[in-house]
Amino acid sequence: MNTLTDTTRTALTRLWLPVALVIAWWVSSAESTSLYFPPLATIVEVFVRDWFGPHFTADLLPSLGKFLIGFTLAAVLGITGGMLLGMNRYTRAAAEPIVLFFRSLPGPVLVPIGIMVIGIGAGMNIFIMVLGAVWPTLMNTIDGVRSLDLVQQDMSRSYRLTLTQRIRYVVLPNAGPQIFAGLRTTLQMSIILIVVSEMVASTNGIGFYVLYSQQTFAVAETWAGTILLGVLGYLASLLFIAVERRVLAWQAGITKE
Amino acid sequence: MTTTGPTTARAPETITYTGIESSYEGTMLEVRHLKKNYGSGEKTARILADVTFDVKPGEFVCVVGPSGSGKTTLLRSIAGLQAPTSGEVIFEGETVTEPPAKMAVVFQDYSRSLLPWMTVAANVELPMRNKFDKAERARRVEDALISVGLAGKGSLYPWQMSGGMQQRAAIARGIGYQPDVLLMDEPFAAVDAQTRIELEDLVLRIRQAYNTTVLFVTHDIDEAVYLADRVIVLSGAPTSVTENIVVDLPRPRDQIETKALPRYAQIRNQVFKLIQEAKSHASVQS
Repeated sequence: MNTLTDTTRTALTRLWLPVALVIAWWVSSAESTSLYFPPLATIVEVFVRDWFGPHFTADLLPSLGKFLIGFTLAAVLGITGGMLLGMNRYTRAAAEPIVLFFRSLPGPVLVPIGIMVIGIGAGMNIFIMVLGAVWPTLMNTIDGVRSLDLVQQDMSRSYRLTLTQRIRYVVLPNAGPQIFAGLRTTLQMSIILIVVSEMVASTNGIGFYVLYSQQTFAVAETWAGTILLGVLGYLASLLFIAVERRVLAWQAGITKE
Repeated sequence: MTTTGPTTARAPETITYTGIESSYEGTMLEVRHLKKNYGSGEKTARILADVTFDVKPGEFVCVVGPSGSGKTTLLRSIAGLQAPTSGEVIFEGETVTEPPAKMAVVFQDYSRSLLPWMTVAANVELPMRNKFDKAERARRVEDALISVGLAGKGSLYPWQMSGGMQQRAAIARGIGYQPDVLLMDEPFAAVDAQTRIELEDLVLRIRQAYNTTVLFVTHDIDEAVYLADRVIVLSGAPTSVTENIVVDLPRPRDQIETKALPRYAQIRNQVFKLIQEAKSHASVQS
């Protein structure tokens, strides 16, 4: 009973502003005749027609698929690479300039080279995502691995944990908070890069849909595609936070003490 | 080789005191001319100068020394966690070059040595993974938790427990590993006086129940005399052994009765004087 009212209260405190803004937009744009600001009612109509219609399989699913593959690859490469580099000072010293170089490179700048080398299509979109978004996870994993407490190292050694056990039970969980902070940035960059690369180097996907509709003056479609991207990004963050809370529950427990 | 102790660990309360196994002539742990310097050249910090002592099977040996006498350095060298500059540690006949499988360490800082992302049971189980199969581990985790008074608390996380309970969990992890010797590095330095007394008696009970040899490092003179069969007094750094004192107090020890014995006061004062001398000597030297 108590928890129910609590949930309702949280929902209300979170939702009142977005709801109010949507209503304001709806009302103020209702009579709009502007070419660039169609009534929200029209945008919603197009949104439902396209995203619950043919473009769901034509553009939404391909984008989601590319995003999932790209983000997973970036995450796995970032974490494993970060573990390898973090645990060995020689490979880390050698790799550091390369990592710093790529991290400083704005991801979208890779698109022209990607088009030249790989051509246009899903492979190229994923390539750009991974190459652009892997770095925050990689850097943070390296830091997380290196932050291992001396007592925990002594404990692992004196109880003769194997390398696999050390990684699985000590090093990786210890780096967890930093890895998740890195993954969060990787997630945001992945979304940016999938959209940018789809805009210029794809024949499908939400990014392609948004740019194509803009170039063909289908303004309501441009708005509908943009809103979809916003909603998907928001849902991805919610999912991410839920996973993070679950995996790092122990950390929340410590900080509460 | 060594006393293997009861194969089934029982709750310490059910075990009657049988005295120290004295039928073993061999030496479990030999520390031979251990020397440790940090750095080199003019900046050399000489921590251990020449430390030599033995620990026999079943013995409870306390190492006391003034602060800064390299107690932790000594313990890390014995545990195989760091190489000495010269000298050697021989454990069950073999020179220690890496942490031996039959040695367990209870660290001073329990809040750092227990892994906060694992439950207490998982923490206790972790070192057993290379020794026992799953069913055996479950049984031993349960036994170890019972013997430190944490029955039914295995599913808690370390940070859900008090400091005293966390150090109990760390002790459970040590004994669950079934070591021949348990090394304890100022394990009760961070808990309050009341908890310290409880934990001292707990260690004595556990030592009887598991028949484990214990090497216990502390800066607390009362604690050392109360617990030990033998107290090894260290000088200040650069450290050597000043005195090797046999504590011939009857067992089982009792916080009130033992500490009321004239002999207890006598030994305590002897150790206290030695430590004071070591301190003044160290301050004259530096």
